[in-house]
Amino acid sequence: MKKLINNPEDVVKEELQGIELAHPDLVKVFYDPDYIIRADAPVQGKVALVSGGGSGHEPMHGGFVGKGMLDAACPGPVFTSPTPDQMLEATKAVDGGAGVLHIVKNYTGDVMNFDMAADMARDEGIEVESVLVDDDVAVEDSTWTAGRRGVGLTVLIEKIVGAAAEEGRTLKECAELARKINDQGRSMGMALTSCVVPHVGKPSFDLPEDEMEIGIGIHGEPGRHRIKLEPADKITEMLIDPIVGDLPYKEGDEVLLFVNSMGGTPLIELYIVYRKAVELLEAKGIKVVRNLIGPYITSLEMAGASITLLKMDEDLVKLWDAPVKTAGMRWGI
Amino acid sequence: MAITRDDVINWVKDYARVIEENHEMLTDLDREIGDADHGANMRRGFKTVLDKLPSLEDKDIGAILKGVGMTLLSKVGGAAGPLYSTIFIKAGTSIGPKMEMELEDWAKALEAAAAGIATLGKALPNDKTMLDALYPAVDALKTSMQNGTSTGEALLNSAEAAHEGMLATIPLVARKGRASYLGERSAGHQDPGATSTYLLIKSAADAWSD
Repeated sequence: MKKLINNPEDVVKEELQGIELAHPDLVKVFYDPDYIIRADAPVQGKVALVSGGGSGHEPMHGGFVGKGMLDAACPGPVFTSPTPDQMLEATKAVDGGAGVLHIVKNYTGDVMNFDMAADMARDEGIEVESVLVDDDVAVEDSTWTAGRRGVGLTVLIEKIVGAAAEEGRTLKECAELARKINDQGRSMGMALTSCVVPHVGKPSFDLPEDEMEIGIGIHGEPGRHRIKLEPADKITEMLIDPIVGDLPYKEGDEVLLFVNSMGGTPLIELYIVYRKAVELLEAKGIKVVRNLIGPYITSLEMAGASITLLKMDEDLVKLWDAPVKTAGMRWGI
Repeated sequence: MAITRDDVINWVKDYARVIEENHEMLTDLDREIGDADHGANMRRGFKTVLDKLPSLEDKDIGAILKGVGMTLLSKVGGAAGPLYSTIFIKAGTSIGPKMEMELEDWAKALEAAAAGIATLGKALPNDKTMLDALYPAVDALKTSMQNGTSTGEALLNSAEAAHEGMLATIPLVARKGRASYLGERSAGHQDPGATSTYLLIKSAADAWSD
């Protein structure tokens, strides 16, 4: 393992110390239990958004705390859900009297820990709603599995619902909006290489030089199948087709196209994927009206990319364009 | 033969040692069908439990187990955190403020623990989870009690049943947790959670059966 770290056990703590020093204008950082909140939290009368998950997906979620997006983020150890005490403290710290929305990615651990935290917060008199993100079409959704994973769409939900909360919508309206986005968004990812969890020290899975994993999760969980490497255009097609077919997205739809790096894939390659994705969508009569391109929900140093499509309407476009000021996403301010 | 508060403390210490010895094996199992963190998470949790134990040593069995559960809840994360904390909290609640317990109390405690994690994880038998080791252990304890088996032998029977349950997860297709994303590809691998659960039951048998 070759990493720019000190002690593997200190990775998350030292990252938080860096965030604290880098962005005092945006966030405040708390330790034991660990959580990050907006510098001006709690914002009185505004619905507060709390998310969290394992670390290793930076800038998600800590990099999305700030005006127009999250009020708090709870970082767990690398690829491991945070704990209910973190979520409870974060929820209490950002509650501005209008209730708190928990945005939870659909993983067994995240769901259980957030469930317990929401119960504890309600016991303390805080109004809490939870929304589950499960947009990964690579996973078969059935009663016989843990259900679809929450992946790229999480970033878009945090941005759009963050804007809705900022403009004064109620907890119920924010939760309904988040569920609507979850219903209209789909994602799929692929990996060219594995990644190494610092405290494990070995690659999470073995992927030979000439192969790729289609349908990878954001923690190195295997996907639909492992096949020989193909050119970017072909790989883009392998991601776009299952996504479009799943909702399905139809001729005349307007979408936000999000091309995300898993961490190790550079922008130059993301633009190659973006170019082909737009071509494929246009051929199906689907119009790309907004986009997001870059590393926003990563898996450490994994090389690979994911594509997310979100069906847009006037309201979603307006909220997407609204000002946001966080370490990981910033415009309009 | 009654199981005392000191026995319970010794069991928790022994399990912490077992986790320390087996954390790499648990993580390796989890790498096959999960996300390669089960051993690391359990190790982090039980290291903290060892630090907290001195403050629990003068408490009753219920309070000790609940104290262990609360520590795990705030330290482990993932799915194992809520699930293992539920085992200890439900068992502690079931046993209550006793300084020593009988085999029957232990069987009821494990049954309550199994019910708790089944509710939390919405899992059924043969879903390839911790429950596949825990349910057989509970059944073996009950059968042993009906047969009038000694405490020591009943505990060993429960460990043997948990071991068989753990091995029986190998051919199963996972229906819960991250392994379920693999579908058929999860068959042929031993479930990491059932493995750490077997080690928990085995550790109790080792700590209490002599």
